[in-house]
Amino acid sequence: MSKWHFVTDGFVKNNPTFVLVLGMCPTLATTTSAMNGLEMGLATMFVLILSNIVISLLAPMVPDKVRIPVYITVIATFVTVLQLLMQAFTPAVYETLGLFIPLIVVNCIVLGRAEGFANKHGVGESALDGLGVGLGFTASLTVIGIVREILGSGAVFGWKFISGDGILAFVMAPGAFLVLGFLMVLFNKYLAKK
Amino acid sequence: MAAKSTLKNMALCLSAVCLICSAVVGGAYALTKEPIDEAAKAKTTASIARVLPAFTAEPELGSIELNGANYTYYNVPGTGVAIISATSGFGGILSLMVGIAEDGTIHNTTVLSHSETPGLGAKCTTDEHFIAQFQGFDPAVKSLAVKKDGGDVDAITASTITSRAYALAVSNAVAVFNQLKEGGLSNE
Repeated sequence: MSKWHFVTDGFVKNNPTFVLVLGMCPTLATTTSAMNGLEMGLATMFVLILSNIVISLLAPMVPDKVRIPVYITVIATFVTVLQLLMQAFTPAVYETLGLFIPLIVVNCIVLGRAEGFANKHGVGESALDGLGVGLGFTASLTVIGIVREILGSGAVFGWKFISGDGILAFVMAPGAFLVLGFLMVLFNKYLAKK
Repeated sequence: MAAKSTLKNMALCLSAVCLICSAVVGGAYALTKEPIDEAAKAKTTASIARVLPAFTAEPELGSIELNGANYTYYNVPGTGVAIISATSGFGGILSLMVGIAEDGTIHNTTVLSHSETPGLGAKCTTDEHFIAQFQGFDPAVKSLAVKKDGGDVDAITASTITSRAYALAVSNAVAVFNQLKEGGLSNE
């Protein structure tokens, strides 16, 4: 069996947002526009792939009782590195996402994949899983962002197609819950059909 | 398959992992320190350039206390002063840079950081009409308060609190400017 199913699993069957319903805090908070959702997804994917790789390598050497602290330390290291890199090279992005970058440390998707997948699988498979789940998260966040931006600001990726305002509620928290809920219904309906 | 959870193993493993991770973070910090400082400096310079007329002199950093608050400013001799002024907006601190020309009129304003509601108060960074009204605003003739409060500032629709905070920040900057003028800015 080809290893590509590790990637597609993360995208569809184990979609972190619509199926596993993990990482809701950044999902709801950063998807005010398509671009923000995309950037947040990519930042999480970066951490996810690297932490999956390192944890799959470390797992055989780590005593069971201290595995969670070890994983968290590894994840926190990558998040801090990412934070510094973003501050240095993409300060504008860092400013929009702000607090949610350091919060990737406690994103349950990252620890969930470390504990649920990476410590039982090899390096290659873990990297692919990180890529798949990361892409799934990125795509979900981008889609939520697109819907919220269209309804809330009448724009897609910052390109405005109506003048004036959209339905402001969709840019704020209630809209996040509404869009997430409806998209989740659609996604699961589609999955059930298959 | 995992190593045994004896005290020695656990202590060794955790220490090793922490040591390596600290080294990685330390290395990343050292590598990114310069670009981060440069990015911050470039941002400040760009903000100053946006709020003041074109200038050639090197901006001089200074700070002043007024009514119990501390203000940082950049004085560009012969051109004007760019003052950083922060007030409480709707969602948190609203921090502006206000450029005031030598003659006391406001040249331009720009938002440095804010946590206003997206789509409402956050429009203070994009609403052209709102931003443009401060360009060339003469605080000696007009009043820096929103029209609802009897001033001359057009508020952003449905964002009176943000507009008030914005106007207050600009008006504080004007007060700082006047204070600087009185204290003889050129002598500092």
